[in-house]
Amino acid sequence: MAIQFKTKPGLVVYLTAGDPDLATTRDIALAAIDNGSDALELGVPFSDPLADGPVIQRASERAVAKGTRLTDVLTLAKELRAARPQAGIILFSYLNPVLRLGLKDFCAQAADAGADGVLLTDMIVEEAAEYLEHMSANSLAPVFLAAPTSPDSRLKAISENSRGFVYAISRTGITGIRSSLTEDAAQVVGRLRQFTQLPIALGFGISNAQHVREVSAFADAAVIGSAIVQLIEKTAPEQAAVAVGSFIKELRA
Amino acid sequence: MEATGGTTAAIVNPAGPVRSSSGRFGVYGGRYVPETLMAALLELEQAYADSQKDPAFQAELEDLLHHYCGRPTPLYFAKRLSETLGGAKIYLKREDLLHTGAHKINNSLGQGLLARRMGKQRIIAETGAGQHGVATATVCALLGMDCVIYMGEEDMRRQELNVYRMRLLGAEVRGVSAGSATLKDAISEAMRDWVTNVRSTFYILGSALGAHPYPTIVRDFQRVISKEARAQILEQEDKLPAAVVACVGGGSNAIGAFYSFLEDANVQLIGVEAGGRGTALGEHAARFLKTGGGVPGVLQGTYSYVLQDNAGQIALTHSVSAGLDYASVGPEHAMLHDSGRATYTMATDDEALKAVVTLARTEGILPALESAHAIAEALKLAPKMAKTDVLMVNLSGRGDKDMGILAKELDIKGGVAVKG
Repeated sequence: MAIQFKTKPGLVVYLTAGDPDLATTRDIALAAIDNGSDALELGVPFSDPLADGPVIQRASERAVAKGTRLTDVLTLAKELRAARPQAGIILFSYLNPVLRLGLKDFCAQAADAGADGVLLTDMIVEEAAEYLEHMSANSLAPVFLAAPTSPDSRLKAISENSRGFVYAISRTGITGIRSSLTEDAAQVVGRLRQFTQLPIALGFGISNAQHVREVSAFADAAVIGSAIVQLIEKTAPEQAAVAVGSFIKELRA
Repeated sequence: MEATGGTTAAIVNPAGPVRSSSGRFGVYGGRYVPETLMAALLELEQAYADSQKDPAFQAELEDLLHHYCGRPTPLYFAKRLSETLGGAKIYLKREDLLHTGAHKINNSLGQGLLARRMGKQRIIAETGAGQHGVATATVCALLGMDCVIYMGEEDMRRQELNVYRMRLLGAEVRGVSAGSATLKDAISEAMRDWVTNVRSTFYILGSALGAHPYPTIVRDFQRVISKEARAQILEQEDKLPAAVVACVGGGSNAIGAFYSFLEDANVQLIGVEAGGRGTALGEHAARFLKTGGGVPGVLQGTYSYVLQDNAGQIALTHSVSAGLDYASVGPEHAMLHDSGRATYTMATDDEALKAVVTLARTEGILPALESAHAIAEALKLAPKMAKTDVLMVNLSGRGDKDMGILAKELDIKGGVAVKG
C-alpha cells in the first residue's frame, strides 16, 4: 500500500466520517474509490473544527452528535482497507482526539487498520517530534499542510518531514467552496517544488471540474472536501453514495 | 517562570528532527495551529520582542496606562468586610476602577500599540463577558483602527450592555451561534477570520491562552497588576500578603495578579474557577477539579488542561459568569497547578451571586460576576486566617455589565435581594 496518483491530476476525497452515519460514510467511500478517487481523507469529526468553514463544521457537528469517535473512524478505515486493498487511506484529524487516545496507541492502531498516512490539522512541524517517531515506527506517512503564507524555510521543513505527498493549501483561509482559485495556489506549489520530489496535492476551495483542470496544470493532485460534504448534506443518505460517485466521475471529465 | 524553548514536553521530544519548539511553560503551551497562521505568529513574536527593547514603545504604553486608563489602581483595605468575617485583613486590588471597568484594558492597549507598530490597521478580538471586547473597541477608537469583535450569541444575550458599548465605540460585533455560542466558539470564529485575513489583520487575544507567543504577551501586559500590588502592600502593611486570590477563566487577571509574587514562597496563590451548578461534565468550568473531566490536551492552539469527554471531544461548560465559561485554561496556570506553586479551587454560581451581595452591602462595591468568584473564596478563607494576616483579592472588574443577570438571579424586589 502506498499513496499513488495514477492519473494526472490525482484525486483525494475528504469525507467527514459519521456524517450522516458510519455505514453511509463507508458506502460513499467505496463509491469514491470505485469512481476514480486515488486516496481518501477520513475526517475524524471534532467539536471545535477551527480550520473549517461552515460546511464541514456542520458535518462535524452532525457526526459528533451521532457519537462518532476516533476509534470508530479507525474501524471504518480497517473495513475500507479490507474492501479496497489498493486505495490510499489517510486519517485526517484535529490533534485533541488523537492525544486523548495517545500518540503511540493512535499510530499503532492506525497502522493496524491499514491506513497509509495521517494529517493533523493543528500539528506543525516544530511540535511534531514525538508524533513523527511513532509515525515512522509504524511506517505511516505524515502529511503536513503547506500554506501560501509559509516562508521558504518552513516549506523546506514541511517537505522534509512529509511522506506520501505534501498538502498545499490553495489560499489563506478555512475550508469551503470558492468560485475560483487564487494566484496563491500556483505560487505555493511552485515554491514547494524547490524542496521536494513528493507529489503535491492542492486543497481548500476546489469544488468542480474546471478547478480540477486548473490544478492539473501545476499540482499533482486535487483535494475535494467541502463540495462533496455539501453534496452529502443535500442528498438523502441512501442516494449519497451514487451521487458522490457520479460527482467524482464528472470531476475527471 | 519565563516561557522557554525546547523544554521536555509531553508531546514534544526536543531530540526530534525539528527542534525549535518554543513558548513552553513546563510541558504546557506550545503552538498547535493551522500552518497558515505560523508566519503571523512568528512575525508577532519578533515584533513583540522588538517592542520590549524599544524605550519609546514602553514610554507610550506607560503614559497611556497612567493618563488614559487610570493606573496605578488603588489597593484598598476592605475594613468592614474584614471585620464582618472576623479573620484576615482583606485588601482589594481595584482593577474594577480602570477605564472600561476591568483589567482587560491593560492587555488590549499593549497589543493595540503593538498592532499599530506592525502596521496592521484591522483588529479582531473574541470576547466572553464583553469586557475584553469593550476594552479592544476602546483601544481601536483611541488609535483609529478598524475593529471586529466575535462574541457567542449566548454571551451577547447575557451581556447585552457590553454589546451596546462596543457598537457605540464603533466596533462591529459578530455573533457566533456555533457550539455553545460562548467564549470558546468566539475564539474559533476569530481564528477563522485571522486565518483568512492574516496578512492585514492583528488578532488581539484577550486571555493568557492560545498559541505562543500569546500566553506570554498577555501575561506580560497584565503583570502590572502584581507589580503595583506588591509594592503597595509593602508600603501599606510593611509585609507581603499571606495569600493572593484571583478568579481564573482563561487566566489573564490571575496570572497578572500572581506574577510578581511567584518568587515569594510564603505567599499562597489561589486561583478560583467557575464551579457552575454541579460537578458533572458540562455543569461547570473547573478545569483543575479532580474527576471534573479536565485532562491535558490541545484546544485553540495551546497544550493545557481541557474539559473533554473520553473520546477527546471538547465538553460544554456552564457558569453564571460568561468570562469564566471556557473549557481550557492558560498554560502557565497548568504549570503552576502541577508544580503546586498555585492552588486552584472553585466557587459555584450561587456562591458567586452571594459574594456580589456581600461585597455590595459591606463595602459599596459591585464586583463583576467573574471577580465575585474570587470574593467568594475570600469569604471562605478569611475567617480561617489570623487577624494579622493579609488576604489580597484581585477585583478584576466591576459588575455594572451584570445588572440584567443579577436582577433575574437575585430576584431583587423593592431594592432588597430576597435570595442571596
